[in-house]
Amino acid sequence: MTLLRTQNLSAFYGDFQALFDIDVSVEQGETVAIIGANGAGKTTFLRAVAGAIESAPEMVLFDGQPIGDKTPHEIVRLGIAMVPEGRRLFPSLSVEENLQLGTHSERAGPWNLKRVYELFPRLFDLRHLPAPALSGGQQQMAAVGRALMSNPRLLLCDELSLGLAPVIIRDIYECLGAISAEGTTVVLVEQDINRALDASVRFSCFQEGRLALCAPTENFDRAAITAAYFGL
Amino acid sequence: MNWINILIQGGLLGGFYALFAIGLSMSFGIMRLVNIAHGDLIVLAAYVALVVTENTGLDPFLSLIIVVPLMFVLGYALQRGLLNFTLSGGLLPPLLVTFGISIIIQNGLLQAFGAYDHRLQEGAIETASMQLPGGLSVGLYPLLVFAVAVLAIAGLQLLFYRTRLGRAFRAVSDDADTAELMGIDNRKLFALALGIAMVFTAIAGALFGVRTIFSPSAGPIRLILAFEAVIIGGLGNMWGTLIGGVALGLAQALGAAVNPTWQILAGHLAFLVILIIRPSGLFPRTRD
Repeated sequence: MTLLRTQNLSAFYGDFQALFDIDVSVEQGETVAIIGANGAGKTTFLRAVAGAIESAPEMVLFDGQPIGDKTPHEIVRLGIAMVPEGRRLFPSLSVEENLQLGTHSERAGPWNLKRVYELFPRLFDLRHLPAPALSGGQQQMAAVGRALMSNPRLLLCDELSLGLAPVIIRDIYECLGAISAEGTTVVLVEQDINRALDASVRFSCFQEGRLALCAPTENFDRAAITAAYFGL
Repeated sequence: MNWINILIQGGLLGGFYALFAIGLSMSFGIMRLVNIAHGDLIVLAAYVALVVTENTGLDPFLSLIIVVPLMFVLGYALQRGLLNFTLSGGLLPPLLVTFGISIIIQNGLLQAFGAYDHRLQEGAIETASMQLPGGLSVGLYPLLVFAVAVLAIAGLQLLFYRTRLGRAFRAVSDDADTAELMGIDNRKLFALALGIAMVFTAIAGALFGVRTIFSPSAGPIRLILAFEAVIIGGLGNMWGTLIGGVALGLAQALGAAVNPTWQILAGHLAFLVILIIRPSGLFPRTRD
């Protein structure tokens, strides 16, 4: 079943067009990667799906329902959660309060504080600290946990690996497997191609706001990705 | 002993200024709204209390049972129906719109009540005082106002740090865009915030109307006092606002002790001095 589908999705920042006619579909339960160079439109795509950038209603379909014109908080309530680029934890809230903020979507499901602490045991000991006191990796875990607290059907992850040590990135991607095992559909935006392809079943490569390549990750042709990535 | 008396009077006066400032501090802290109409809303609340007391026979304190919900609804509607639309275009649109609201309130009150001075009558407590050892005498009413200010701020701190709504307020204050991405309806939350701010504005208005005479043009000076208390204390810090109010009250009392015409001036000068020494206030908390 198709959970997310964009058709002719275009997005603008003022007069500047950042996305051109993007058609992407994501099946229920799968993990899909979106790769591309800086400025290719990956983050814009996620923000358009999450409602932070408005588009025409039919351009974004979630579970068959047009959501392109909905506001971000309405979309969270429908079951799309975002782990924003750079974590964006709330600095004056403790770690636990950051996690609890995810419950404002008022969605029922498998995720609660206890489950998030089981997934990221290190956060439990740090739960009363203010968010800025955490290391980058711990903050990323808290940001993922905060998104999970809204019990999403679709989890959008923007640059999970940004600025983190390789060993931490590996830990976080392992947890992503556990999240996916709950039946959550995941869309990963990454610049780290290998990491993204290892974790996903299909990928889309963006280039200058257009979809350059869409393929299964199994037996992918590296030369084809390079060509799509750099527009060669 | 005379000086101790002066310091006590000044400190208690600070409770008043803090009460004026709570609503202003909330709307700036949560939605970065600089509400120029804040002083006029205090005066409006005093007039609403006047109408209620005259028509129901309730005394001004009891009239709050009616005034508080009315002002809450007014705040909610004002934010939802008007001010929310000004918040995406930078600092200037809300300034201009609330400046306009200020003028509308002043002239509306002038039209309805005339330019006369009014007062709310609360009875014996207005002039009652308490004798302390050493020849000190403390007015019960200023003491009551100070206690109300402390309780109001303590209550708000509980709301901010112990409730789900308060958590949402703090998150929106940190980063409104991300809060929206986490499922918070900012527009509704902002409306609630101004509604709650107006609860404190209503209390401030009624207590103000009992303490002193008021007229439709009394708002702007309350606004300035409230601003000074907020800025001396540091943006986003409610206890700081109380301390800011006390600092202002003390400066005024000391100024008046030297020469009665210096009272207001001394307060403003103290504000300027603090602004020069610590531009972000004594205990700043809010990030911009």
